[in-house]
Parts: sequence; structure tokens; C-alpha cells
Amino acid sequence: METVLHTKNIDKYFRNPVPFHVLKNINLSVKKGEFASIMGKSGCGKSTLLYILSTMDRDYEGELFINEDLITGQDGDTLSRIRNEHIGFVFQFHYLLSEFTVLENVMLPAKKLARKSYEEITHDAMEKLRMLNIDHLATKRASRVSGGEKQRIAIARALINDPTIIMGDEPTGNLDSYNADNVLDIFRQLSDEQGLSLLIVTHDTEFASKTDRIITMSDGRIIS
Amino acid sequence: MINWQVILSIAKTHLVSKRKQTITAGLGVTFGIGAYITLVCFMTGLNGMLDSLILDQTPHIHIFNEIEPSQVQPLEQKFKEALTQVHSVRPKQRKKNIHNAFPLIQNLTNNSDVMAALPQVNTQIFYVSGAIELGGNLTGMLPNEEVTYFNFDKYIISGTSQALENIPNSILLGVGIAEKMSLSVGDRVQISTANGTVQPLKIVGLFQSGIAEIDNVFSFSTVKTVQQLLGEPKSYITDINVKLFDMEKAFTLSRKLEKQHNLKAIDIKTANAQFETGTTIRNLITYSVSITLLIVAGFGIYNILNMLIYEKMNDIAILKATGFSGRDVQYIFMSQAIIIGILGGCLGLVLGFLLSLAIDNTPFDTQALPTITTYPVNHDPVFYIIGIVFALIATFFAGYLPARKARKIDPVQIIRGQ
Repeated sequence: METVLHTKNIDKYFRNPVPFHVLKNINLSVKKGEFASIMGKSGCGKSTLLYILSTMDRDYEGELFINEDLITGQDGDTLSRIRNEHIGFVFQFHYLLSEFTVLENVMLPAKKLARKSYEEITHDAMEKLRMLNIDHLATKRASRVSGGEKQRIAIARALINDPTIIMGDEPTGNLDSYNADNVLDIFRQLSDEQGLSLLIVTHDTEFASKTDRIITMSDGRIIS
Repeated sequence: MINWQVILSIAKTHLVSKRKQTITAGLGVTFGIGAYITLVCFMTGLNGMLDSLILDQTPHIHIFNEIEPSQVQPLEQKFKEALTQVHSVRPKQRKKNIHNAFPLIQNLTNNSDVMAALPQVNTQIFYVSGAIELGGNLTGMLPNEEVTYFNFDKYIISGTSQALENIPNSILLGVGIAEKMSLSVGDRVQISTANGTVQPLKIVGLFQSGIAEIDNVFSFSTVKTVQQLLGEPKSYITDINVKLFDMEKAFTLSRKLEKQHNLKAIDIKTANAQFETGTTIRNLITYSVSITLLIVAGFGIYNILNMLIYEKMNDIAILKATGFSGRDVQYIFMSQAIIIGILGGCLGLVLGFLLSLAIDNTPFDTQALPTITTYPVNHDPVFYIIGIVFALIATFFAGYLPARKARKIDPVQIIRGQ
């Protein structure tokens, strides 16, 4: 099966306040359509790894490939473009632009990509919202919706550019169990029905148990 | 690739949702530019008025025959090697007129730098009213030319200069003398010259220069009338007033004339040196105050944008995480600054225009300046262009520094720091 993301010998050091070898020789690959989760104790480096994989953190050694293209060493503008086009991100906290409407929040990455016309983007965004059963919120301001709804909006935003992979940093960590299950169901559905690749960092064993593969990390290494 | 539509729509949303901050920042620019326009229009208007008060009346070069002792005494010519001492040297007796005045005027008129060279006859006289004799000064001139080149009619408060030309033996009296002697237009005034001739002249007008020493002493008539009064021929001219196209050439030309014709020639800068200094200092004050105002407005914008960026750290992180580059983020904040600059600046121009219009219509009654009824304002469009350009430059820099900071924000730090 096709690999969407893989790494070669990634090492990372924190320099402040004391030198610390946080990621040790990480070799990892995610296949197309795979729903993978990364688990591990606090401080084992799983989030750090995710930010390297998301191209936002450029300070590491080793090589990162997305769709078999070498990402390591590209300049900031190219990386922004890659993030925009290939990676959908869902955070633990509901990172929406609070002054924009729900629909505008979802549309923003597509407007930046500018591959489609404004009407097409609006249509796509409404489609994503409908799929996640939140289309009735479209015209509301992002600051006026509940936590669970915000996370679904963030997922809609992550999906808008039909990315290669969705990455999540504990996307259910800040939600009650009802909403957490809801988000998990959405991810499961996206993986099963649309063949989307997902890579989710989580603490939640129940969540992890429902994914295709669990990557366990300890002290900066992948142990299984 | 920069997608301006998206950037501007984000900038607009930020500005609209932070309405109070936007208005505060914009008003800073508005008041800065408004105050600059008002100040500069008013001050240059005032400068222009004071300039014209002196400059319109003052010839660029004044040529006359100064009475002075001979530079070289006969004794010194005889004993060149010896040390000679002559006490109580007296000026040589000679006429006050300029020798060969008309050829000189012709020569000056042919000079391409000279706009006009006008002859005058100046003489000491007495205004006689019954037993009272008031000392004064009568100037014979060419009324039409004086009006054309030296705005002479600006100071005539009743009657016309045209009448001076048309009516023989007429006089234009200083308003101070007219008051002292209870004379008005249409009356006759007795003029007595130094050599005893008494001649009645018809008053065809009154003038007020705003300078009491002039209004109390001076009167004007035609060259011909004064020559007749003095019993002198038509070639008798005591002064030549020269107006140049370019005032800056006055000094060199006056030196040249002095050398060539053995006459006294005083240029306007020498005659009004203190005046030039005053204008320069007023301009300096105007510009330093204006620039201070604009810089203060610029700091206002800088401050507000800086705060905005701290508040928007999360937004910046999201934008960067979802694929906006550092440059996009920088442009978002810079366009906010420039939008504030354009809106605030344009409002400032309107405010400045309205304020200077108000000043322009404020009554300004002063004895010294008879033709001025309201405060002088110079509505030069150049000031408005400078104003808006400065507003844009100031807001550009005020926005540039915080926006560059936003560009460098590391999204990972913000997201993980939560």
C-alpha cells in the first residue's frame, strides 16, 4: 500500500533550559487510509514528534517525507503551502478564529489555497459542515458555539482542502465523553468511508483501541 | 503567492471586530493630520500675508543717489605718500537726482532678469494747513505701473490710483496726515517745498499701509507733478525701484549696478534681513510641531497594533498551522495599519480643511492691515498631499515593526504553551 508519510532517523534536541535529547532515531510510516494513533506517557515526545511531522517544527535532524517528497530543508513559504495543501490539523483546544463565522473559519484554508472559486469553496465548506451535522451553525460566530461543536468545526476546517493526512494533538482531550465519542466516530467514519489517513496523538486508551494501529512511544523512542 | 483578497478580508474582520481600538488608532492619525493641515495652512497663510506686507511694497533693488562725503579728498591726492588728516569733512554739494536716470532705466528694462524698473521722485515737503506746517515726504511715481508691479492699490482705502493719473496736480494722502488735518477725498491740501514754493494739490485718495510712520508722513503724486513742484526738468529722477523675476538675483545685480553707475543700490535681503530670519523661524516651528504631532499619531498605531498582536497570538498560530505563511501574517497586520492610515489620514485632511476654512472665515480686524478682514489661510494642495503621504509612511512603519514580530511567531510554541 502507498505510504503518505514516513520518516528516516529523526532526532530532536531541546536546548533550553538544558540540552535534552527528546526524540531518538524515529522511523515511522503511515500508509494511505490508515488510522493510526500515537500513545505514550506525558513528556515522551509524542506531541513534539507530531509537530515535526506537521512541518511546523523545522528544528530536527533526519528526514521527513510526505507523499514520497522530501520535506526536510524546504523554506518556510513552501512548508506553509504543503501544510495548507496536504495536512489537516485538529488541536486539543478548539482553535478557531473567534471573530469569524463558522463558515468563514472552515473556508479560510481553502481561500488561502485558492485552487477553487469562492462559490465552490462555500459549497464545499457547507458540504463538510453538513457531513458533521453542524450546518445549522454556519452563520454563527465561532465564539458563540459550544466546545464539542467547535471541535467538529475544526475537523471540517481540517478537511476543507481534502488533505493527504489529518493530524490531531489530543483532539478529544478537552471534551466530555459524549463529544469525545462523537469525534472518534467522525474520524472512524472518515477513515472507513473516505479512505482518509489519520495520525492522532492521544492519552485515551479507549480512543486508541478503536484505531487501526497504535504507535507506542517511551522516552523519545518508538517501542511498538 | 500572495492572496490579497483573503489577507484583506482577515484584516477587515480584525478591524471591524476591534472597533474601539480601530477608531482610537484612526482618530490619532486624524487629529495628527488635521492639526498638521490646520497649522501649516494657517502659519503659511500668515507668513504669506506678512511677506506680502513687506515684499509687495519693497522693491527688489532700490537705486538712489546717497549723499556722502567724497571718498578721496584733494589733499590726499596731492600728498599720496604723506599721512594726512582732514577734520570736519562735508559732503560735496550736488543734486539728489540720479544722473542719466532714463538711459539707466532703459538699460535695466532690457535686462532679461528685470521685470520692471520704475522711476520715482522723492522730496521733503510740508503739509500746510493754515498756520500749521507738518513735515512730510512726497513721492512722485507712475501710478499704473506701481499698481501693476508693487500692488500699490492694495493699500488705497478710498479713491483710486487711476484718478492720480487722470487728474493733474492731484495727491494721494497718507491716512494719518488726512486725519490730523481733517482732510478727505475731494479736498485740497497746500504743499510747501523746501525752497518755498507753495502749491495746492487735490486729494484723490487716501492710503493706509498699516505702518504708522509711513501713513503719518508719506504722500504720493505723479512724477510729473512733483517735478513741476520742484521746478526740475523731466529728467529729474531721485530713485529707481527695480522688480526682478527672481528675487534671489537681487544681491548680485545690486552690487553690479553700484559698481557700474557709482550709485547706491540696496537689495531686498539687505534691507529686510531680520524679516527673512523671522519667516525661516516661523516655518521651522510649524514643521517641527507638525512632525511631532504625526510621530505621536504613529506611536499610537504602533502601540495598538502591538497589543492587537499579543491578543491575536492564537489566531496567528492557527493561521500558520492551517497554511498561512509568515509573510501572509505580516501582510495581514500591515494592511490593518495602512487601512487605519488611509481612513484616518483622509478624515484628517477633511478635518484640517474644515478647521482651516473656519479660521479663514474668522474675522480679523486690525488697524494695521486695512485690506485684511479674516485670518489669512493658505489652502495649498501640496500640504494635503504631504499630509496624506506622511500619514501613509508613518502608519506603514508603525505597522511594519509589530507585523514583523507577528511574522516570526512560532506557532508550535503558542499551541504547546496552551
